[in-house]
Amino acid sequence: MPETHVDPCGAVLERARALVEDRSLAHVRAWKTANPGALAIGYLPIYVPRPLFEALGCLPVALFGGGDELEIVRGDSYFQSYICHIPRSTLELGLSGHLDPLDGMVFPSICDVIRNLGGMWRMLFPDRYVAYLDIPQNFDMATGGRFFAHAMREIAEALGARGAKRLDAAALRRAIGGENARRASLERLDAIRRAEPWRLRASEAYLIARAGAGLPAATHRALVDEAVEAASRRPARLIDNARVVLRGSFCEQPPLDLIRSLEKAGCDIVDDDFQLGLRTIDGEIAVGEDEDPLDALARTYLQRGVATASRYIANDVKGAALVSRVRECGADGVVFAAASFCDPALLDQPMLEAALDRASIPHTSFKFAENNAQFQTIREQAGAFSDSVKLWGAER
Amino acid sequence: MSTPAAAAAGAKDESQIRQKRMIGEHFERLARARHDGRKVVYTFVPGNLTELIASFGMLSVLPEINALQSGMRGRSAAYIAEAEKSGHSEDVCTYVKCDIGMLRSGNIGPTGTKLPEPDLLLLSYTGCFTFMKWFELLREQYRCPVAMLHVPYQPDGVITPSMRAYVVDQLKNEVIPAMERVSGRRLDLDELTAQLARSAAAEDDLVAVWESARHRPSPIDGYFGGVYYVGPIFSAFRGSEEAVAYYRELRREVDARMAAGKGPATPDGTLAEERYRLVVEGPPNWTSFNDFWRMFTREGAVAVASTYTRVGGLYDTGFRHDASHPFETLADYCLGCYTNLGLPARVALLERYIREYHADGFIINSVKSCNSFSAGQLLMLRELERRTGRPGGFIESDLVDPRYFGKANIENRIQSYLQMVDARRHGGYA
Repeated sequence: MPETHVDPCGAVLERARALVEDRSLAHVRAWKTANPGALAIGYLPIYVPRPLFEALGCLPVALFGGGDELEIVRGDSYFQSYICHIPRSTLELGLSGHLDPLDGMVFPSICDVIRNLGGMWRMLFPDRYVAYLDIPQNFDMATGGRFFAHAMREIAEALGARGAKRLDAAALRRAIGGENARRASLERLDAIRRAEPWRLRASEAYLIARAGAGLPAATHRALVDEAVEAASRRPARLIDNARVVLRGSFCEQPPLDLIRSLEKAGCDIVDDDFQLGLRTIDGEIAVGEDEDPLDALARTYLQRGVATASRYIANDVKGAALVSRVRECGADGVVFAAASFCDPALLDQPMLEAALDRASIPHTSFKFAENNAQFQTIREQAGAFSDSVKLWGAER
Repeated sequence: MSTPAAAAAGAKDESQIRQKRMIGEHFERLARARHDGRKVVYTFVPGNLTELIASFGMLSVLPEINALQSGMRGRSAAYIAEAEKSGHSEDVCTYVKCDIGMLRSGNIGPTGTKLPEPDLLLLSYTGCFTFMKWFELLREQYRCPVAMLHVPYQPDGVITPSMRAYVVDQLKNEVIPAMERVSGRRLDLDELTAQLARSAAAEDDLVAVWESARHRPSPIDGYFGGVYYVGPIFSAFRGSEEAVAYYRELRREVDARMAAGKGPATPDGTLAEERYRLVVEGPPNWTSFNDFWRMFTREGAVAVASTYTRVGGLYDTGFRHDASHPFETLADYCLGCYTNLGLPARVALLERYIREYHADGFIINSVKSCNSFSAGQLLMLRELERRTGRPGGFIESDLVDPRYFGKANIENRIQSYLQMVDARRHGGYA
C-alpha cells in the first residue's frame, strides 16, 4: 500500500476556505436562524469595535469586497475608472442580493471613497440601517475619546431602536473578553508563521483569519485554535526563503493566488496588514475595574491602535513602527502591495520607503486589484527581490 | 452652433484689479515674513481658520492655491513629473504631487518669489482625507510642528452637538495652544471677534453676488467666474478689511451689471446672449481653465451656480461667522463646507440650485485627483435627473495634471450635452 500523507491542517483550512468563499453569507443566515430577531451588521475596512456589536447581540460581519470570482455587472457603472475596486464589488454584492442577510452597514472613516460609498448606500438602500463611524484622529481621551465613545453610543441607540439588545456594561465586558481571547489566538497563529513559516504559510493564515469575518469571536477563536494545534503537527520542512513584511493591503484585499505567488517566488510573509481590522488594537483591551467598558474600547484604540495609513501620525515618527516590526520579525525586507488607486496606502508609501531606506531595509512595491488574474510579473519581481535579499542582504 | 457675440474683451472690473493687488501684496508680505518677524502657517482652503491665524498676526499659505496657480501658469506638469520621479504614485492626488514637486524645485510661489517655510502646518482636514497625508508628507520635509484639527464628517448633513464639541475642544486644547507657542502671543479674543464680524459682512455680500445668478440673464458666471469671486474669502483674506471692501465693490459691480441687463464677464468680454443656464458640480480643470470656460461661453452657456465655489463655506444655506460665539462658529464653519456633507445632502443642495436658479440642466466635471468629490458622482447624476427631470452631463478631467484634459473629447461631450438640453426643451420638462 502506498503511504498516504494527511495534512493535519487540511480540514480546518477547508472549512476556512468555505467561509471565505461564502459571498452570499449563508453562514450569517444560519447564525440569524439560530438567533431569531438578532441583527447582522456589515462593515467595511478597516476597523469597527466588534465587541460593541456582540454586546448588543448583533453579529458584526467584516466585508472585503467581492474578490476575484465575482463578475461586476452593475458596480462598475457607479464608479469612474480611477477609483479603486472594492466599492464596485461591494456595491455589486449589495445590488445583487448577496448582502441581504445584513440588517445594516457601518462605514468607518478610512478614506474618501469608503466614506462616500456610505452615502451611496443611504441612497440605494434607504430602508437599511447605515452608519458612518468617524474614528477620531485626536488621541486625547478627553477629546477624541469622548467623541468616539459618543459615536459608539449613538450606534448602540440606533441599533436598539431596530431590535438589538440595550447596551449593557456587563455584556460589553464579556464581549471584550471574547475579543481578547480571539486576539490572543490570532497572536499564536501569527507567532507560528513568524517562527516557522513552513508550518503555516501566510496564504493559509490569511484564510484562517479571514474566516472570522462573519463569526462571533468565540466561534472564530475555536477555529484559530484548531488551526494552531494542527499546524504544530505538521512535519517540519526547511525552505530557504526570504522573510518579508507586507504592507498596503489593509482594505481591498489581494487575490489569494497573488499571496501564493509571492510565496512561490520565495517570500515568507512573516507579517502583514491584510484585513487589519482584527489586529487594529495592539494587545488586549484592558478594562479597569471602575471603568465604563465603552470608554475602555475608545481608550484602547487611541492609545494602542496600530500604525496604518488611515491613522494620523501625531507625534510619532513616520515609518518607525514598520522598521520596528521588521526588526521584531527578523524580516529581510518589505513588500508594498497596495490596491490601485488606494490613496491612503499610496500616499503613505513614499514616507515608509524613506524610513526603510534610512534603516537600510530593502523593499519593493507593486499594485494590485482584487480581481487581478495575472501574477507573472509580480511573481518575477518578488522572485528577484527575494533572491537579492538572500544573496546580498547580509552584506549591508 | 453660432457664437454669441462678446463685448469689451480684456476690460477688467475694479474688483478684479483690487483682487490682483491684494494677492500680490499678500505674497510680498510672505516674501518679507522672515525679515518682518512674522510667522507663517500652511493650511487648507476647506475649513480654514483664517480669522484665528490672522488674530495671532500670522500669515497663511494655502498649498492648494499654489497648486492651482501652478496649473494655470503651465508649471504643474513639470512639478508632478518631479514628484512621480521621486516615488509618488501616478494614481494619487495631483495637487499633492504638484506641491511636492514645487517644493523640490525651490518652492517659488505664483508671483515668482520664494515662499517661506512654514512655522506651523495647520491640518484641518475638512471633507478630504488626502489633506492628512499631504501634511504628513510636508512634515517630513519641513520638520515643523503640526496642529491637527480633526473635523468630523456630516453623513446626514447635520451638525450634532457632539461634533461641535469635539471641534471646539480641539480648538481650545490643541490648535490655539499650538498657535500661541508658534507666535509667542496669547489669543486676543477681541481681535478674533473683530475678524469674525468682518467675515460675516463679506459673507453677506458674497451671497448677494451668488444669488444674483437667479436673475435672467445672470450677471455672473457662478463657476468659472465664481472661482475668482471666492478667491479672497476662501484664502488669506476672510476677516480682513480688504475682504470687506472687495466684496462690497464686487456686489456693487454685479448689481450694476444686473440693472443694465448685462451677462457675465468672460475671458472674451461680456457674454452677449444667455442660451443655457447650468449648475456645475465638481472642481474645474486649472491647466486649461480658459479653454474650458470658452467651451461654455462659445455656446452661450452660463453656470448659474456651482458646488466648487462652496468648498470654502456654504454661506447661502444661512451660515455666517458669528462673533458672539467665536469657537462654536469656527467649528460650524469647518463642519459645514460642501465636501464635508454626505452624498444625500450634496444631492439635495444641487437639486435646490437647479430649481432655484432655474437651470436647464447640470454638468458634473469629475476630476481624477479628488475622490472626495468624485466617488459617487455617477449616482448623483442619476438621482438628480430623476428628481428634477433636467438632463445631466458628465465630463472627466483633472485638477492640475494636463495629461487628463482631453480638449476635443470634453468639448465634444459638452456640445452633445447642450444639444440634449435643446432636445429636452422642445419636449418640455416634467
